[in-house]
Amino acid sequence: MDFGLSEEQRLLKDSIERLLADRYDFEARKQFMQSAEGWSRELWQQYAGLGLLGLPFEEKHGGFGGGPVEIMIVMEAFGRALALEPFVATVLLGGGLLRRAGSDAQKAAVLPKVAGGDLLLAFAHAERQSRYDLGDVLTAAKRDGAGYVLEGAKSLVLHGDSAHQLVVSARVSGSRKDREGIGLFLVDAKAEGISRRGYRTNDGQRAAEIAFEGVKVGADAALGEPGRAFPVIERVVHETIAALAAEAVGAMTAMHEMTVDYLRTRKQFGVPIGSFQVLQHKAVDMLVAIEQARSIMFYGTMMAEEPDAETRRKALSAVKAQIGRSGHTVGQIGTQLTGGIGVTMEYKGGHYFKRLAMIDTMFGDADHHLAALARMGGLAET
Amino acid sequence: MDLRFTPEEIAFREEVRTFIQTNLPEDIRRKMVEGRRLVKDDFVRWQRILNKQGWAVPHWPQEWGGTGWTPIQQYLFLEECQKAPAPDPVPFGTQMVGPVIIAFGNEAQKKRFLPRIANIDDFWCQGFSEPGAGSDLASLKTAAKRAGDHYVVNGQKTWTTYAQYADWIFCLVRTDPAAKKQEGISFLLIDMKTPGITVRPIQTIDGGHEVNETFFDDVKVPVENRIGEENKGWHYAKFLLSNERTGIARVGISKERIRRVKELASIELDGDRPLIEDERFRVKVASVEVELKSLEMLQLRVVAARRKGDNKPDPASSILKIKGSEIQQAITELALQVVGPYALPYDPDDDPLRNEPPIGPDWANPIAPAYFNMRKVSIYGGSNEIQKNIIAKAVLGL
Repeated sequence: MDFGLSEEQRLLKDSIERLLADRYDFEARKQFMQSAEGWSRELWQQYAGLGLLGLPFEEKHGGFGGGPVEIMIVMEAFGRALALEPFVATVLLGGGLLRRAGSDAQKAAVLPKVAGGDLLLAFAHAERQSRYDLGDVLTAAKRDGAGYVLEGAKSLVLHGDSAHQLVVSARVSGSRKDREGIGLFLVDAKAEGISRRGYRTNDGQRAAEIAFEGVKVGADAALGEPGRAFPVIERVVHETIAALAAEAVGAMTAMHEMTVDYLRTRKQFGVPIGSFQVLQHKAVDMLVAIEQARSIMFYGTMMAEEPDAETRRKALSAVKAQIGRSGHTVGQIGTQLTGGIGVTMEYKGGHYFKRLAMIDTMFGDADHHLAALARMGGLAET
Repeated sequence: MDLRFTPEEIAFREEVRTFIQTNLPEDIRRKMVEGRRLVKDDFVRWQRILNKQGWAVPHWPQEWGGTGWTPIQQYLFLEECQKAPAPDPVPFGTQMVGPVIIAFGNEAQKKRFLPRIANIDDFWCQGFSEPGAGSDLASLKTAAKRAGDHYVVNGQKTWTTYAQYADWIFCLVRTDPAAKKQEGISFLLIDMKTPGITVRPIQTIDGGHEVNETFFDDVKVPVENRIGEENKGWHYAKFLLSNERTGIARVGISKERIRRVKELASIELDGDRPLIEDERFRVKVASVEVELKSLEMLQLRVVAARRKGDNKPDPASSILKIKGSEIQQAITELALQVVGPYALPYDPDDDPLRNEPPIGPDWANPIAPAYFNMRKVSIYGGSNEIQKNIIAKAVLGL
């Protein structure tokens, strides 16, 4: 049991933190958010230069063979900076699905371009009715000669507006909530029959509603055996939950620092408001929630690679539940303690609050995961 | 970063688990599982079994009976004991005064007291709190006046846990009434058989007798029973209190108690089905389990960061205290919900006049008392509000 970083991990942490400290202050972020794509192409290339965009991929695909710990380090830094770039969509979700389900030829064709910063991916999976059920898929992939025709509508596709290629989940057999019968298809985002409506999200990021009308794909578009994609989808989502936990911890930590700073400097009644015990204890409540989140983040990082699906499912539900609760606690108290300024768009604190609240809604909120964990009989004993 | 236990650590845990399973007396284990009160003999018997194995005081220097285990091994040992469940070590000797004697006592004191602490040949209690000195401990008034080769102690201590069992008490006493409040305090070891000591029981809301008032009326204490220097007692007390917080998360105990809650909830019917199948109840249990997992990881972070031999308290220990106590209390509340209407009878099984069968299920009677009793954990050892003050000052710099 060792929570320390290796020399290489320390270097990774230093380099990403330095880059973001130099290039990603709140003003710069505002500019990126207001650009057409809503994030920075230039920073994206810098990430590629640091090797971040190929971090989890094998070396032969231009990657670094990094594991959950490396992802955790990067995501925590992104959380602190409130980075807007499509790292989760491209590297963790799209890249993760290719890495785990793609053939050697598919990986060789796509992953090096992702690692180089030249290709953006998105995972078109959620639908209007699916809420947090990963097995709820109506979009259909119908046999069409050797290939398939995709028909349906995907919703809340993270960074789906700027992606070059989409990994689309679609049903080849079974009915709406069957876990069997789901396939994954790698599709050019500009293929005929695809229409995309991009929009800004409440946390300043981007997503898209994507419709598929008679989209023809070849047999070689399928990632893995069509119909058997559920386990890999779930696995990649688990890895992404672990990563989002780290992002949330970065955001919470930064928001807490800002809040404590405010308590030290803001004066009322002739004294810093941080001298009031009732506010001190609120600031401590934030810290306690953050330490809980950070602790469960390590657990998520450890369990993201757990091969047994049931054990991993329980663990990541525990992680997401704690992260969701801590995120709301930290966001709400931090906003309260910074008073009027805390509810203005010009103050960075509120942007952390928004990101934390949105992370809770991604891949299942705290209540969803608590209920799921309860149904599975609670956490496994060790 | 490697977040798993090494094969050696896993083997060690197995060895400890097997030893406890083989050697923990069944009657003690049953009392622990059912949440019934332990008596002196239970603590002493278990401690002596550990002492025979050489595991009575793992955290002490090897010279005095320590095991030389790494912090992780010590953690695993404690957790295995708690999960068995075996009695926690009575803290006053092995966790509190023992380390103070090791750090600040003289050779004669070490030789005289330490082996008897490890074996509970002497049962110790703690004389810190007073009626007017709780969270503000340094405002204590119990006075010790020097008279030749002894002190004469007058005053009153309170919340003296297990004073009714104790052979010795370690006390903070005021030796210089003129000095600033932290600077006139000394640390004395007092034989409970000394004339002038009176112990009066305090009954707590659960009906139990753990704590007492202890009165000192012209009690003569040899100067040789003072730890370290006169008027430096506050320094030794702070050392002691920082040790007190490190094991306070009680992760293993809470794991065992959640296991018990789930076990009881799967036999207790709510209508036609076991209570555990009620979704709202299950979610409450899961919610506590998630918090406990966070706490366990936090505890491991603290343990892993503690270099061998370096027992400096981590600021995280205040968080361990806060969450650890909240979780312990939440679990007693879940148990109360499981027992449901049979929380009502006050049916203590240590009542000497009791010769009737239990009222309701035979596991019911300790549960409501435990719920009331466990309110203490967010109050003792520096109340949770004091812990927040500590964090605000020491960690946040407010």
